[in-house]
Amino acid sequence: MKSKIIAVICVISAVLCLTSGCGGAAETGETLTVFNYSEYLDPEMLELFTKETGIKVKYEEATTPEELYTKYMSGGISYDLICTSDYMVKQLIGEGEAQPVDFGSMQYSSNIGDRFWEMSKSIDPDNKYALPYFWGTIGLLYDSTRVYEDIDSWDVLFNGEYAGDIIMQDSMRDTFMITLKHLGYSLNTSDENEIREAAEALKQQKPDVQAYLVDEARDEVVAGNATMAVVYSGEAYLGHEYNSNLRYVVPKEGSNVWLDSWIVTKKCQNPEAAAKFLDFLCREDVATANFEYIYYSTPNEAVLASMDPELKEDPAIVPPDQAVDKCEVCTQSDPKITELYNELWKELKAE
Amino acid sequence: MNRSRTRFLATPYIIWVIGFTVIPLMFIVSKSLTDENGSLTLANLLAIFDPLHRKALVISVLLAFLSTVICILIAYPLAIILRGSRLTDKNLILFILILPMWMNFILRILALQLLISNNGIINNMLGHFGLPPLAIINTPAAIVLGMVYDYLPYMILPVLNSVLAIPQDVIEAAQDLGSDKKHVITRIIIPLSLGGVGSGITMVFVPSMTEFVIANILGGGKIQLLGNIIEQEFTVTRNWNLGSGLSVTLMAFVLITSLIFGRGTEDTATGITL
Repeated sequence: MKSKIIAVICVISAVLCLTSGCGGAAETGETLTVFNYSEYLDPEMLELFTKETGIKVKYEEATTPEELYTKYMSGGISYDLICTSDYMVKQLIGEGEAQPVDFGSMQYSSNIGDRFWEMSKSIDPDNKYALPYFWGTIGLLYDSTRVYEDIDSWDVLFNGEYAGDIIMQDSMRDTFMITLKHLGYSLNTSDENEIREAAEALKQQKPDVQAYLVDEARDEVVAGNATMAVVYSGEAYLGHEYNSNLRYVVPKEGSNVWLDSWIVTKKCQNPEAAAKFLDFLCREDVATANFEYIYYSTPNEAVLASMDPELKEDPAIVPPDQAVDKCEVCTQSDPKITELYNELWKELKAE
Repeated sequence: MNRSRTRFLATPYIIWVIGFTVIPLMFIVSKSLTDENGSLTLANLLAIFDPLHRKALVISVLLAFLSTVICILIAYPLAIILRGSRLTDKNLILFILILPMWMNFILRILALQLLISNNGIINNMLGHFGLPPLAIINTPAAIVLGMVYDYLPYMILPVLNSVLAIPQDVIEAAQDLGSDKKHVITRIIIPLSLGGVGSGITMVFVPSMTEFVIANILGGGKIQLLGNIIEQEFTVTRNWNLGSGLSVTLMAFVLITSLIFGRGTEDTATGITL
């Protein structure tokens, strides 16, 4: 009887041990834990990496920067490499969660164009931590058969002309950023009044909005359920593939140019293996495979050089310079501003 | 010997309950009683009185209530019809009812979204006949429809069980004593099957109250239920204390509902008691 109770206790404690994640015993052989957005890397490339280097990859996914940050900070899994968005990269670097990487000594890091290293300086001033992975703009995807004017301004989302036919992003940052741009402010503003004004504009707009969506935003325009949607440039390219009446535009007031980058976390025990992984991602064949898997804009010059000219001219694949000129990288990671955004976003959604 | 043996058989259950109910519950309760620095506070529990949260709670209760009422209105007549039908018909109808449950519920909700969206299948069909389009996607009505669609079997099964369990003798006795059809239903069948309805209410009302996925997909992110706010607090805002506080308040609500409707269900033949 007693021995049975002891056995039960042993089983329970073993289960507890597993669920609480205290099984952090030393790994034999080299392993990297990679944390990325969902569908943001060709899975075959992970197999190729393991085949070439013998380093095993544990791959984890998240859908939003906030979700990624929450999972990372909860400490349940010790991640070695993280790919996330500009402001979140800046925040992680600022919080000392990244460790410096010697990009200069990598064989293929020079494939990343100078202008992207330059762009990356807004979040990582010395190019010490972040490796640019994909980039693009936020703009409007619209069905050209359902509009009777040239769409070139965010105004169409706010003037009520397309009431009930608009899809907004169900993502706090993106939605506030384009509204700030529409009002003529910087999307990195720290001015509370400007942010509140944007929130007010969004509240007024809400009755006109058909839905706040993330992944389905594009599909709703493709399916003809909505006339226009706020989407990322890469999404727009695929939307056009499905329905050739769709057009993508970066409005003239400017927008957000986003840059997703890789960082090596401070918890990473094997920086050499992490550097190998990053170098691998910069290699032309790998970067091409990933580009063809995702169809977002690549900062890899080697991929750009060998790209099909037709693709190169698509503004959703390679944003033209004049469109990018008025765009800003999001670098706002002040906790107070984030809290204000959280609060206003909650109010908007509850409206 | 016998006792220790039954205890041994309970081991998987004990491990399950401790690992997946007791420990998470303790974690949630302790989070809900502390602030981000770990000091004790009641603020997270009182946060339900914040106008935003109160509004979300009211909408959640209202939509859950509507879904439950609609489920009862569908389930009861069906149960009474099935009571009178032949055994083979009964099985077939039950089979058809349970069939959708073989599919993942998110898939079913996504399918529903395709059906009722503005340019969806239903509106295309209506358009063919020159009828005005149905504009319910991204409205509270769509959320209620989704909840009824998903949770209806959980109402039908206990209601049907308790209606079928009423002995034919009782009904014949009522008829002998001069009851007409209407009175048989209102005075005999309904009172005797209330237990099943109680189980049904708990099983439909509770998940509807805590729902957030259906609200996201069919509500277009425009309608905030309390479940949506809790989800946001955990995934976006990263305020786990507030999220836990709201969860605990929601649990209290659910518990009260179950106590009200779950009472006295033991003596019915539902097989499901609370």
